[in-house]
Amino acid sequence: MKKYSFYLVTLLGSVLFLSGCGDQNGNASSNGALASNNAEKVYVAPGEHDEFYAFMSGGYSGNVTVYGLPSGRMFKEIPVFSQFPTNGYGYSEETKPMLETSFGFIPNDDSHHPDISQTNGELDGRWLFINGNNTPRIARIDLKTFETAEIIEVPNSAGNHSSSYITENSEYVVAGTRFSVPIPQRDMPIKDYKGNFKGALSFISVAPETGHMDIKFQLIMPGFNYDLSHPGRGKSHGWFFFTTYNTEEANSLLEVNASQNDKDFIAAVNWKKIEEYVENGGGTMVPANYTHNLYSDETHSATSTMKKEVLTVDPTKVPGAVFFMPTPKSPHGVDVNPTGDYIIGNGKLSADLTVFSFDKMIAAIDGKKYDGEAYGLPILKFEDVLAGQVKSGGLGPLHTEFDGKGNAYTTFFISSEVVKWKVGTWEVIDRKPTFYSVGHCMIPGGNSAKPFGKYLISLNKITKDRYLPTGPELEHSAQLYDITGDKMELIYDFPTHGEPHYAAAIPASILAPKSQKIYKLAENEHPFATKSVSDARVVRDGNVVHVYMAMIRSHFTPDNIEGIKVGDKVYFHITNHEQDFDVPHGFMMIGATNSGLLIMPGQTKTTVWEPKQEGVWPFYCTDFCSALHQEMQGYVRVSPASSNIDLSWSLGE
Amino acid sequence: MKKASILMIIGSLCLLGLFKFPLWNIMLGAPQYPDPLGMNIHITGIQGVSEFDLQNIDGLNHYIGMKTIPKADEMWEFKAFPIVIISMSVLGVLLGLLGFVGKVDYRYFLGWFILMSILGVMGMYDFNVWLTDYGSNLDPHAIIKVTNEDGTPMTYKPPLFGYKKLLNFNVSSMPALGAWAMFLGMSLTVVAFLVGWKSKRSPSS
Repeated sequence: MKKYSFYLVTLLGSVLFLSGCGDQNGNASSNGALASNNAEKVYVAPGEHDEFYAFMSGGYSGNVTVYGLPSGRMFKEIPVFSQFPTNGYGYSEETKPMLETSFGFIPNDDSHHPDISQTNGELDGRWLFINGNNTPRIARIDLKTFETAEIIEVPNSAGNHSSSYITENSEYVVAGTRFSVPIPQRDMPIKDYKGNFKGALSFISVAPETGHMDIKFQLIMPGFNYDLSHPGRGKSHGWFFFTTYNTEEANSLLEVNASQNDKDFIAAVNWKKIEEYVENGGGTMVPANYTHNLYSDETHSATSTMKKEVLTVDPTKVPGAVFFMPTPKSPHGVDVNPTGDYIIGNGKLSADLTVFSFDKMIAAIDGKKYDGEAYGLPILKFEDVLAGQVKSGGLGPLHTEFDGKGNAYTTFFISSEVVKWKVGTWEVIDRKPTFYSVGHCMIPGGNSAKPFGKYLISLNKITKDRYLPTGPELEHSAQLYDITGDKMELIYDFPTHGEPHYAAAIPASILAPKSQKIYKLAENEHPFATKSVSDARVVRDGNVVHVYMAMIRSHFTPDNIEGIKVGDKVYFHITNHEQDFDVPHGFMMIGATNSGLLIMPGQTKTTVWEPKQEGVWPFYCTDFCSALHQEMQGYVRVSPASSNIDLSWSLGE
Repeated sequence: MKKASILMIIGSLCLLGLFKFPLWNIMLGAPQYPDPLGMNIHITGIQGVSEFDLQNIDGLNHYIGMKTIPKADEMWEFKAFPIVIISMSVLGVLLGLLGFVGKVDYRYFLGWFILMSILGVMGMYDFNVWLTDYGSNLDPHAIIKVTNEDGTPMTYKPPLFGYKKLLNFNVSSMPALGAWAMFLGMSLTVVAFLVGWKSKRSPSS
C-alpha cells in the first residue's frame, strides 16, 4: 500500500509538471516550467511602462514612429521628411526650412534605416539618425525632445539606401548611394552608364557635443548599386562594409541584367585611412549644391543653408583603403556581429549565408593576395576571407541581427521565416515562420556591441489575414518574438504605420529620465515670441500683418482683432505660456490654406493666413486644454482692401 | 548650569535653520498630477517645490477665483518674520551666554521659550487667517462656483495642518524642515531649563 501511494504521488507530480510546461497546442515550451503565457509576456498593465522604446522607420510616410516593447503600443509619430498636419511640421514658418533641398521644398520622402547614437559601441540615446531615400537626406532626431533637429542633403547621391548607420563612437553616419549616377550630374545617354556613372559613399561627421552633421568626405566608387552598410566594431572599428549589386553595371531591366554575376561584392572601406588622407590635405573639393537644415530649440526655428562644395576622394588614390569581397549573389544585407569578428553577407538570390572573417580579411590584405581588381580597386579571394557558410535551407536571406550571446538571427524574405544560427559553428538552431515576407528584423541594441537580446521584431511586408481587413490598403505587420530561450517564440503581432523597413530600440531606462517636458519660456529666443501678455500686439508693415499672440488656459491674448484687410498676409506668431508638462494648445483659423498648429509649452510657432473674404472670422484652440477649452477662441474682423479702419486688438474689453 | 547654557545657545541657533529651509509645505496632488504641485513657505517668501509649480497652481486657481500666490514683497509677514526669528535667536544666544557666566539663571530660558511659543502661536494664527482669506475670499466673477450642501460657497482653504480633499485635489499641509529645526531648538531650550533647574537643586553637578 505504501508503495502504491508513492507511485501515485510521483505520477501526479509529473502530470502537473508536464501540464505546466506545455503551451496550448501541447508543444513543449522552451523556457521550462516557469514560462508564463504569451499574453502575460506582452501585457503592460494600465499605468505601467514598457521596457523598450522602438523607433520604426515610416518608409513612404517619411516619418519615424515610436512604439513600446513589448506592448506594441504606438506612442508618437515623429515627422522627419514629410509635412505633418498634426502639429504643423513642414507647414509652420519655423519648420518649412527643414524640408528645403537643392531641388526646392520637398514635403515627402522614403525613410528607411534608423540608428541610435553610440559611445564605445553602446547605445547612448542622444540622437536617432534616419535616411531619406528618395531625395538623399540624413536627419538627426533629438531624443530629449523626440523632434527632428537637423537634416542634411547628400549631393552626388541618388536613392540614399545604404544609410544611416553609425560608427561606434558616432564619429560618422554614412549615406551610401543606391543608384549610381553621373558625377557631376549632366545630360548624357543612359546607355553609356557603364564606366561613366559613379557611386558616392558619403561619410558625415557628427559633432560630439551638438550632434551637428557635416559631410567630411565622399568616396567616389565604381558605378555599382550600394545597397546596405554596417560599421565595424571592436577590432574592426575603423572599417565600414557596403553590399553592392549590379556589379554588371546594367542600366535596363535590372531584375535580369543585374542578376547575371554569380558574385557581387561587399566593399570594405577603411574610413580611418581615408580620414587620415583627408586630414593631410587629400581629396578634391568639387562644386555641389546641397542644403543643411538646422532647428534650434532656443529660437524654435529652423534655418536652411545652401552648401556649395563637397570634398570627394578617389579611392584608388588611397592605397589600402578599399577592398572588394566577392559575395553570392546580389547581396542585400551586410551585418557585423557584436564583437566585430564577422561580416555576414546575405545573397538575396542565394539560399546560403556567407560569413567573412575580419582577421582573414586583414591577413589577405597584408599578404596582398588579390583576385584581380575592379576599376583599380583590389578584389580579395573569396576562399581567403570566408569564415563559413550557414547552410540554411531557406530562400532569400536578407538581414541578420545578434542577441549578444553568440547567436545570429537572419530573415528570409522568400521563405518568410527567421532562422537562428550559431556564430562560429554556423549551425542552424531554430527557425520560425513569419507572417509574411519579412524584411529586416531588429533586436534592441542590434547595431551595437551590446544587443539586449530579449526580443526580436520581424518587420513584415505582407499583412493580409493577420488583422481585420481595412479595404485594399493595410498597415504593415510587425511580429514580436521572445528570444530568451533556445527556441524563438512568436508572442505578439501589431500593425505599424507606413512601411517600416528597419527599426532601432533602446531600453526606456536610458531615454525616459532625459525626456524633456516643456520648453522654458524664459529661454525662448524666437524673434516673434510674445513672452509677456503685455507684449501681445498687432503690427502692420504694408500689407503684411504680424500678430504677436499669447495663449494660456483658456484664452488667447488678444482675442479680438480688427483692421485686417482683404489681401493682407497675416502672420500669427503664437506663444504658449504654459510651463506645465503635456499642456499644448492648438490653433486653427477658418479659411487658412496652410495647416493648424500645435504649440508646446514655452514654444512659439507661426502660421500664415491670407484672408480672401470680408467678414468676421473665428479662430480657436484645437487641443483640448482645460475645462474651458471650448471657450478658447477669438475673432478677426476683415474689412475691404480699401477700408481705413485702424488696426486694433483687445482681450476682455 | 554651563551645560544648560550651551543647550540654550544651540537651541536658539536652531531657529536660524528657517533661513535655509522652508517653514511649511503644501502639496496638491490629483490624478492628472501624478507628480503633485507644491509650494514651500519660507519665512522670506513662497517658492514652488518644482520650478513652475507656482505658475501652474495660479493657472488652476484662477478658475475658482483665487488670488495669485503672493510674492515676497506683497506680504508684510515676509519682512517681519525674519526680524522676529533673528531677534529671538540673538536673544536666546545672549541669555545662554549670560547664563554661562552666571549673570542670569535658568528661569530666563523658560521665559524665552514661553515668549517664543506665544510668537509661534501668533504666527500660526496669522498663517491660518491668510489661508482662510486665500481660500474663501474669491473673485465674484470666478468661472467655477461650487457650493456646499447647505448652499454656501465652497471654500478652498488648505488645511492648516494635515490632509484635506479639495474637489479633485488631495491637499496636504505639513511643517517642513525649517519648522522641525525650530521645534527641535525650542525643545532644547526647555531641556536647558530643566537641566539648569536640576543643577540648581543639586549644586554639586
